[in-house]
Amino acid sequence: MKLTPEEQDMLDGKNGKAVRKSMEILSTLGEIFEAERMVDVCSVQIAGVSYANLGEAGLEFLSEMAEDGKVKVLTTLNPAGMDRENWRALGIDEGFAKNQIRVIDAFAKMGIITTCSCTPYLIGNVPHFGQHIAWAESSAVCYANSVIGARTNREGGPSALASALTGKTPKYGYHLNENRHGQVLVKVNAHIKGTDGFGVLGKAIGDRLIKLGKNIPLITGISSASVEELKSFCASIATYGGTALFHMEGITPEFYGYPKPSGEVFEINQEDLEKARSELVDSGLEVDFVSIGCPQASISEIEKIASLLKGKKVKKEFWITTARPIKRMADEAGYSKIIEDAGAKFAADTCCVVAPIKGRFKGMMVDSAKACYYGRASNKSKVKIGTIVECVEEAMK
Amino acid sequence: MKLNGRRIYKGIAEGEAIVTKDGISFYGGVDPDTGKVVEVGHALEGQSITGKILVFPTGKGSTVGSYTLYRMKKNKTAPAAIVNRQIDTIIAVGCIISEIPCVDKIDVNEIKTGQKVVVNGTDGTVEVT
Repeated sequence: MKLTPEEQDMLDGKNGKAVRKSMEILSTLGEIFEAERMVDVCSVQIAGVSYANLGEAGLEFLSEMAEDGKVKVLTTLNPAGMDRENWRALGIDEGFAKNQIRVIDAFAKMGIITTCSCTPYLIGNVPHFGQHIAWAESSAVCYANSVIGARTNREGGPSALASALTGKTPKYGYHLNENRHGQVLVKVNAHIKGTDGFGVLGKAIGDRLIKLGKNIPLITGISSASVEELKSFCASIATYGGTALFHMEGITPEFYGYPKPSGEVFEINQEDLEKARSELVDSGLEVDFVSIGCPQASISEIEKIASLLKGKKVKKEFWITTARPIKRMADEAGYSKIIEDAGAKFAADTCCVVAPIKGRFKGMMVDSAKACYYGRASNKSKVKIGTIVECVEEAMK
Repeated sequence: MKLNGRRIYKGIAEGEAIVTKDGISFYGGVDPDTGKVVEVGHALEGQSITGKILVFPTGKGSTVGSYTLYRMKKNKTAPAAIVNRQIDTIIAVGCIISEIPCVDKIDVNEIKTGQKVVVNGTDGTVEVT
C-alpha cells in the first residue's frame, strides 16, 4: 500500500500517539484488503458506544486514544445504552449510567459530536452522492451506500475512530466502482408499504441472499418508498442478509450505473412476504412492551404517533427511541407533550438493541424487522411485528 | 523450520504454541480475566491461552472481540503472539490496539501444540524450534 508523505508522518508518530495508532489500524486493514492507497473521508459515524457492548476494556482504549486524539472530520456516535437525560425514568441502573457517561465523555474529549444516533442522515451528518465516508452502524452504512450513493465499508468501532482521527480510510471494497455492481436481480411482485412492510421485504430478500451467498441485490418492482420505509428496509436487509449496498429501480441513484448481472434472478411474491412476516411473530406472545424507532424514529414518525395518541392513554410500557435533535424538534412542535401526556416515553440517544433491557420484558411489539431479531437475540423477549398504527393500538390495550 | 507469512502487527515473541483448528471469538468465547477459552464445545475449552503463541485458522464473532484482546493485554492474560491462516479484521484490529505480534498466511497445520515457536511480526515469519 502506498502512503503519501503526510500519511507516512502519521504512521511514524509525528502527529502523536492516537494518530499513530489510528494509522497503524488503517494501513494494516489496507494491506489485508489489498488497498492501493488511502482516500479522504468527509464524515464518520462510530459504533461501539453502549457500555453494555464496550465494557471496561473498550472504555480504557477510548480513554487512551482521547489523551491526544482529535477528530479531523465531522463525527457522530451510534446509540448509547441509555437516554442521557431520562435514564432514571426508563429504569436504567445507576452504575451503568455512570459508566455510559464516562464513555461519552471520552468521545467528547476527542471532539466527536456526542449525538447518539443510528440515523446520522436525519440529524445533519449526511454526505452527498459519491462522497467517501467511514460509517459503522450497519443500517446507516446500507442507507448511505444505497439510498444516498455515498461510499463506505462497514467499519468496526476502532477503525471508524481511526478514520475520525486521521480523516482517511483505505480505499477498498465499496469505495471502488468495481465492487458496487449488482450481483443478483430481485423482482418484487407485490405492493410493499409501511415501515413494517419494508422490514418484512428486507428479511425476505436478506434470507435468500444468505442462501445464495450474494451481497448486492438489484431490486425491481417497488413503485415508491419514503425515507422511513427505506430506513426500515436498510436495517432489515443488513440484519438478515448482511447487505451493505443494494440498488432499487426508480428509487436509488446507482441502479443504472453498472452492468446488470446476467442469469441470476429471484422473485419475491406475496406468499414469500407472508412467510417472512409469520417468522416475525412468535407464538404464545403476550405483549408487555411496545417500541417504535428501530432505526431511530424520524420527526414524521413521531408526528404520526402523536396524532394517534392525542387525548388517549397507553396501558403498556411504550418507548419511542429517537435521536436527541429529533426529540428537540418534537418538543418544539408540541408532539412530545401529547405523547408523554398519553403515558408513552421517549428514549432519546438510545435504542432497544443496545439498551440494557435483557429479561425486563416478555413480549415486545415493534414495527421493525431488525428490532425483532435483536429483541429475540439480545433481550430474550418474544416479538411481534405490526404497522405503526397496530403498535400504538396495542400499547393502548 | 521457518514459515513465511505476512506481517500484521510488529514485534517478536517467543513461547509455547497452542494450536486449534477451530475459529476463535474473543468476545464471549474467551474469559479476559482468566485467559481461558470458555466457548462451549470449542477444542480449547477450559485451556489457558495466556503467554502462549496462539495458532488458529481465523477469527469469528462480534467486532467487540478486538476490545476483549485489549482487555486481556491490560489484565496480563493475553497470548504472547497470534498466528493465523487468514486474518480477519477483529483479530487484526485487536492485535494492533493491544500491541500483540501477529502473523498470517501461515499453514497452521505445520505447528503442533507444545512446540517452541518464535513469531516475528516485523518480518512476518514464524520459526518452529
